[in-house]
Amino acid sequence: MNARSARRILCVLGSGILLGLSACSPSNNKADANTILVWHWMTDREEALVKLTDQYQQQTGVKIQLELYAPSDAYATKVRAAAQTNTLPDVFSVLGESRDLASFINSGHIADLAPAMNADRNAWRKQFFAKALANTAFQAGNQYKVTPGQYGVPIDVTNIQLIYNKALFEKAGLNPEKPPRDWTEFLTAIRALKAAGFAGLVSGWGETWLIQCFASNYAFNILGEEKVLDTYRGKVLYTDPEWIQVFSLFEELRKENALASGVVTMVNKTAEQIFATEKAAFALNGSWCVNVYKGMNPDLRYGAMMPPPASKRFPMRIWGGAGSSFMVNARSTKNEQAIAFLKWLSEPAQQAQLSTETLNLPSNRASLEKIPVVLAGFAAQMDNTTHPTQWPVAEIPTVNEAFEKGIQSILIGEKTPVQLAQELDHLKARYRAREKRQ
Amino acid sequence: MTWPRFRDLLTTYLFVAPAVILFVVFSLFPFIKVFQLSVFEWDGISPDMKFVWLENFKTALFHDKSWWTSIRNAGVITVLALTFQNFLALVLALIVDREIKGKNFYRVVFYLPPVLSGIVVGLVWNWIFDGSHGLLNHFLVFLGHPEWQRAWLADPATALYSVSIIHMWKGFGWGFVILLAGLQAIPRELGEAARVDGASELYIFSRITVPLMLPVFFLVSILTVLGTMQIFDIIIATTNGGPGFHTEVPITRILAAMLGSSRFGYACSLGILFGLLLLSISMVQMKLSKWSSRYS
Repeated sequence: MNARSARRILCVLGSGILLGLSACSPSNNKADANTILVWHWMTDREEALVKLTDQYQQQTGVKIQLELYAPSDAYATKVRAAAQTNTLPDVFSVLGESRDLASFINSGHIADLAPAMNADRNAWRKQFFAKALANTAFQAGNQYKVTPGQYGVPIDVTNIQLIYNKALFEKAGLNPEKPPRDWTEFLTAIRALKAAGFAGLVSGWGETWLIQCFASNYAFNILGEEKVLDTYRGKVLYTDPEWIQVFSLFEELRKENALASGVVTMVNKTAEQIFATEKAAFALNGSWCVNVYKGMNPDLRYGAMMPPPASKRFPMRIWGGAGSSFMVNARSTKNEQAIAFLKWLSEPAQQAQLSTETLNLPSNRASLEKIPVVLAGFAAQMDNTTHPTQWPVAEIPTVNEAFEKGIQSILIGEKTPVQLAQELDHLKARYRAREKRQ
Repeated sequence: MTWPRFRDLLTTYLFVAPAVILFVVFSLFPFIKVFQLSVFEWDGISPDMKFVWLENFKTALFHDKSWWTSIRNAGVITVLALTFQNFLALVLALIVDREIKGKNFYRVVFYLPPVLSGIVVGLVWNWIFDGSHGLLNHFLVFLGHPEWQRAWLADPATALYSVSIIHMWKGFGWGFVILLAGLQAIPRELGEAARVDGASELYIFSRITVPLMLPVFFLVSILTVLGTMQIFDIIIATTNGGPGFHTEVPITRILAAMLGSSRFGYACSLGILFGLLLLSISMVQMKLSKWSSRYS
């Protein structure tokens, strides 16, 4: 090799390394000063968001560069990795539980939007459902030691209810306008539906958070909110008779053969298919199902109902709140522009457009009049929602997992409610002891 | 050092530099980082990491029942794969090794399952094993045994074996290809000479084929053990580890610790323990493989 060709090769190698290094630089640095970079994972809302951001650019001259990373698991991993390398975009979302959001905030990645929300006598804040804001708000004295504030802007809301098939109700001799009002009526209806040849309740309980959701609904109904939270605080044991009563509901479902075959390992997409093809009469599903069922079976006749209470002591609470929220990067130099965009996105006109095109519930109350009628049943229950991200305390993750898996075990007849409760108490005691040691 | 010598050295190092940089950044650094994180309690985001000595390892080894359940489950699938999957691969390789019609077609067909995505395979088998409308249950009704119907992937008695069947179906093609290559490397003259001397096919197989194939058997078994212990995608696509912990495997536990509970340190300690387990198994198999090479 002569000196000339060696120099050429060295130049090529050097350029390659420089190119490689520049590719590793934060992507938001590439955008110009008038561009806001937004990362999201919502494949179903991409088209609507692109339309909206184009409108925003026409109105304000600010370009919103949307980058879609799906599925949500991949998105969550990307955001986490970007946080570790300080390369988060101007606007992004944290998918996960309160402790994840808290960790992002405590690490200085997320801006507190409370000043913007509270300006002009709470003008921006007042537009939203209170429950929608609660998912990304931290109050004083929270267990994660986050400075109180508002750390996200909800772009839609959701809640999870029981969905029932009106046509199957009619075939089973039940009144589709009068769904079951309590647990006993629920089991009676399931018996009638099964006698008519239909499966009872279907849900993707292979995705254990849906088990947690159903159990939590009934825990709030039987124990009340304070006692549930006291359990997480370690002041109430799972062997408390009222927790046993909650676990016993799952045992009853098993004994009544009330569940569709295979729900304990079923993903929710399969459960949605089973319900949409009219093979099961009830489904536990979120308001997003309106869009899903429309795609699977446009002629499906169904209604949404609160899970029928098993006790009269406390009101039933369903999971709900913000469906998706955007956060503003605290280290971004374009904070104000990002907040201005999110304010615009949460205005009634944009929210109604987003809701109409994606069939999701808008986070702005004023948009409710303009949304499709089918979503109204879901919207009506927004005030009865709660969610783990809104609670001041959370259960130890390992105990939560044992709780969810344990209910699966009850559903397959492997454990009794008492056995599960004892296991949970034992596990929790061990983790508490370990925490004390550390 | 003279300038030409220095220039030569510089050129040499610059040529090697990209590979070294890539190796350090993407292999060496993560490898060391895993060991570092395993002795910390860390949520993956917070700048504060709590040093916990060997507490994570202690928890995994002595308190985490689900971890040991996952090892046992992976062990069961591995034993089934080592026996049934490799037996099937060997039988098919022996058949295709003969002069049969359409053998090239069979070679392609048998090699198809391994190149399919585990998620796709899982979804297809989900439909076959479905409790309400699954193909298998329909077949059982057709055979006159409706009482055998069940939700194969949701029943604790069958979930692990159902997942094992999917894994073996997807995996036998690898063994088939390697075993077929091994069979074709055996000189034909050996068999022919034995036949001339009056040896039966069984005798030729047991006295010529098997001894000469021993290193290949060990290679296939090493790959089977390493591949099966790391089973993951099929589990995610079919049972997600359920019902309960019945189909949990080590990788799903590591993921649950990392993404489900945000315990990165603990997940790293599980990863190290799992890595050590695989390393020990591989070392034993390598020893046996060396011994078999000498024997054959």
